[in-house]
Amino acid sequence: MRYERPETIMDATALLAQASDSAFVLAGGTDLLVKMQNDDFEAELVVDIKSIAGMADVVETDDSFVIGAAVPCAALGEHEALCAAWPGVVEAANLIGSTQIQGRCTVAGNLCNASPAADSVPALVAANAQARIAGPDGIRTVAVEDIPTGPGKTSLAKGEIIEAIVLAKPTDRSGDAYLRFIPRTEMDIAVVGVGVCLALNDDGAVASVRVALGAVGPTVMLCPEAAETLVGTKLEDAALEALAAACSAASTPIDDKRGTVDFRKQVAGVLARRAALIAFERAGGSQ
Amino acid sequence: MSFDAAYQSQKLKSVGTRPLRPDGVDKVTGRARYGADFNMPGQLVARVLRSPHAHARIVRMDTGAAEALKGVKAVVTAADLPDLTNGDAELFAVLDNCMARTKALYDGHAVAAVAAIDERTAKQALKLIEVEYEILPHVVDVDAAMVADAPILNDELFTGGVDPKPDTPSNVANRAEFGHGDVDAGFAEADFIVERSYKTEQTHQGYIEPHACVASCNPDGTAELWVCTQGHFVFRQNCADLLGLEVSKLRVTSSEIGGGFGGKTHVWAEPVALALSRKAGRPVKLVMSRDEVFRASGPTSATSIDVKIGAKADGKITAAMATLRYSSGPYPGMWAELGAMTSFACYDLENVKTVGFEVIVNRPKVAAYRAPSAPMAAFAVESAIDELAQKLGVNAVELRIKNAAREGTKSSYGPVYGPIGIGPTLEAAQSHPHMSAPLGKNQGRGMACGFWFNFGGQTCSDLNVNADGTVALAVGTVDVGGSRASLSLIAAEELGIDYKDVKAVVADTATLGYNDMTDGSRGTFSSSMATISAARNAIAIMRARAALTWDIPVEDVYWEDGHAKAAGTKYGNLSPLSVRDIAAESGNTGGPIAGHSELVADGAGVSFATHICDVEVDPETGATSIIRYTVIQDAGKAVHPSYVEGQYQGGAAQGIGWALNEEYIYGADGRLQNSGFLDYRIPVCSDLPMIDTQILEIPNPNHPYGVRGVGETSIVPPLAATANAVSNAVGVRMSHIPMSPPRILAALNAERD
Ligand SMILES: Cc1cc2nc3c(=O)[nH]c(=O)nc-3n(C[C@H](O)[C@H](O)[C@H](O)COP(=O)(O)OP(=O)(O)OC[C@H]3O[C@@H](n4cnc5c(N)ncnc54)[C@H](O)[C@@H]3O)c2cc1C
Repeated sequence: MRYERPETIMDATALLAQASDSAFVLAGGTDLLVKMQNDDFEAELVVDIKSIAGMADVVETDDSFVIGAAVPCAALGEHEALCAAWPGVVEAANLIGSTQIQGRCTVAGNLCNASPAADSVPALVAANAQARIAGPDGIRTVAVEDIPTGPGKTSLAKGEIIEAIVLAKPTDRSGDAYLRFIPRTEMDIAVVGVGVCLALNDDGAVASVRVALGAVGPTVMLCPEAAETLVGTKLEDAALEALAAACSAASTPIDDKRGTVDFRKQVAGVLARRAALIAFERAGGSQ
Repeated sequence: MSFDAAYQSQKLKSVGTRPLRPDGVDKVTGRARYGADFNMPGQLVARVLRSPHAHARIVRMDTGAAEALKGVKAVVTAADLPDLTNGDAELFAVLDNCMARTKALYDGHAVAAVAAIDERTAKQALKLIEVEYEILPHVVDVDAAMVADAPILNDELFTGGVDPKPDTPSNVANRAEFGHGDVDAGFAEADFIVERSYKTEQTHQGYIEPHACVASCNPDGTAELWVCTQGHFVFRQNCADLLGLEVSKLRVTSSEIGGGFGGKTHVWAEPVALALSRKAGRPVKLVMSRDEVFRASGPTSATSIDVKIGAKADGKITAAMATLRYSSGPYPGMWAELGAMTSFACYDLENVKTVGFEVIVNRPKVAAYRAPSAPMAAFAVESAIDELAQKLGVNAVELRIKNAAREGTKSSYGPVYGPIGIGPTLEAAQSHPHMSAPLGKNQGRGMACGFWFNFGGQTCSDLNVNADGTVALAVGTVDVGGSRASLSLIAAEELGIDYKDVKAVVADTATLGYNDMTDGSRGTFSSSMATISAARNAIAIMRARAALTWDIPVEDVYWEDGHAKAAGTKYGNLSPLSVRDIAAESGNTGGPIAGHSELVADGAGVSFATHICDVEVDPETGATSIIRYTVIQDAGKAVHPSYVEGQYQGGAAQGIGWALNEEYIYGADGRLQNSGFLDYRIPVCSDLPMIDTQILEIPNPNHPYGVRGVGETSIVPPLAATANAVSNAVGVRMSHIPMSPPRILAALNAERD
């Protein structure tokens, strides 16, 4: 196995573009290093992106936050402006693993690992986050929800690296939230995860909303049918019931060691309801 | 020298204090050497090839390519562990489990192993071993294995304990029955009867340290094994038997142990490591991965239990019955029998009957897990008692107090009890502030009792008084839970010296006589007895040395407060001699001073506990959190109260994990789905409140200080206490453990419909 620690993004993409198929980007390594313990996993090339200039920074511009791909999740929790703007995204990122894992794991890694249960992803999708991708052919930007294409699979082409995750600055009357269900209090993989981001109009009713569901399908999915149920409402009971029903209906989970189909569908609705209420309150809404 | 083990009430100075454990600093600084921390020059790395099938005949195996790989020094299969068991079925099961002979009987069953110069080579070699399997139908569920057309695991197994002996093979290895009186008559007398079936899923002991050993077979026919074990003498015997070695030629040293809970009472891969070393002619290190620990080292039984209890309107139980089916993995066990014995042990019953069925299934060979078999039986029985209390409209504690066993009660499994702690633990629970604390919304309280036999057994200790007056204590029971601290306190107490002047070690098998393993909560009970006896023998010698020094008859020398003293006024001017004084002169008075002891520690003294548990259940998700938990248990005498409390808390924590989330999950293909700590969910710290403990001390009449074993009973009540709490919180009787959120939510949905 070859380990490389390039200092520019161009070198990194070049290394990956020239390599065989068993080449991997190493960000925090909290997924990759665990996989490498597996008897059946073989890596020929590992490209560590932590030495690339700027990768470990959160940059605040006039209209956005640019989160470098090597920023550990713990650093997001320490970024005051980001926490104020995107509390749901930061909470989701800070749910990953434990204190030790937090010091290393990244949201870009969480996204590229392409687990349907990734905690930060539903929050990022709800927040309409964009992924800035560097590749042999230059830079492109895509919506976060378009990165994972199935469990463990992404739409990234050979040689492409996510350089940063970009979050637009939210409008005044908006709020986001993420809730997950795990059987224990920590160190578990989400059985269901729900991210909600909503904005209110001048009357205090919901103007726009994005709902994203995790762990109830092959990828994290944006759920417009569910979002629809809240538009124009002030999250009255009927609206919340409709939201829950839409989320349950949109869920296409499997029975596995982490939960049953029935359980996941039902809890997706419950969490959506609870997350929507938190986001609504954060947006300054009142019922 | 004869030893009087009878309890003597006395004022104790060292026993009952809480000094730091002698192994503590090494453990927290990372210096302590566990199983995988030992290395030898020229050592090879072993890896085991395991069956991916739940049940399959091994049609053909070709190890040629693996043997030819550069760096591979040995490959072993069942052929390298010839059957020397001589008709001993139990030992044969151990052998077959170490290395499948004709059939792989569960996902993870070892079929071959390699020793190579490094891990990478060993892994590569495993891939080069060709195994042709004929896949056979499998069965993993205990009830499914009992039905008439279930796949049969062993064509030569006929149910024992039934008359007439059956002539068709079955997965039911044995039937055992216990009890007394006439249950039919008892039920006829009852005003109320509760009857229900329960299930518990299979759990693993979940020790943090995986199995690990270094084996070295030498050219002269001797061998050494450094291993993480609960019983190095037993491992020596098993390995010697399986490899055809004389016991004296195999020296086994136990490492520090990162948890065992029964799972390290059994050999899993150690004979394989020895066979590899014998073949390679080099030392071999074998460390199991977590996946291997789950798939191929013994979990506890999965069970299916029916309980029926009848009572008069006044709460007096008139009859109690239980039918218990326990899975034992692919080989017969005696787990249901233990469950049947313990089921109703807490109660004074006129009419009681329990029947246990041992059921073989395509799962790993079951091993002991802390009070093996009792927690599941207690879950079923204590749930039924709770339900009975509700039916009768009486308080659950009072119902139990009314029916509790006491001194003189004939137990449900036969013996008549001496002084016991079930009544006192219940009374303590009744008056505990926890019992009357208010509960919030979605919260519920449950309680349950538990019983465990405890064990004594063969024990041997050496106590050497060093020339500077300090004491070296060599014991043969592995220190799993702090016994070196407790035994040092005991030696200090007897000799009248300071705790810090005693250094206890666990001796290896070549330097001490045979000791049974650390199981049955016997470590401190039995080794303290041997330590007291050894200390008293040393005192006898020290009295003789003092007599010699003073030139007076030894009968006139007595021992008090760590000193030899001359009796009576005629020796008034002789100042007492301390251990130190006597030790300093030992070279001139007859040489080194030592006390030795070998005994069978009888009368371990049964143990009882009562637990109280508060939970809060989220009715929308089925998530349960433990709000408050209290353990009340009889310790006989708490030698080191902190470590007794640790045992109480540890057992409760494991039981709560079992009750809420831990379970072996199998796919339809019979393969284990969750062989890691991510999806085999033991509680994490933040899942549990501080577990409150209350130690009761009802002296065991058969121990000089009244000590009883304390290690196991604490895991017996929590399944039931938690289940009763959850059932009371949600208003639905939870009869399937673990009560994972999907199970609770499904039960609530069923109730709502
Ligand atoms: C103990 C433990 C607990 C965990 N708990 C959780 C949890 O609660 N919730 C959760 O969602 N996850 C959890 N995880 C998984 C993991 O920590 C997260 O997915 C984490 O966000 C991964 O980030 P990383 O930077 O460590 O990724 P890495 O391991 O470095 O990479 C993950 C994958 O993404 C690829 N990759 C990484 N960065 C890029 C990039 N910039 N461009 C292209 N490809 C890239 C890598 O090649 C690799 O395939 C846990 C892991 C452990 C070990």
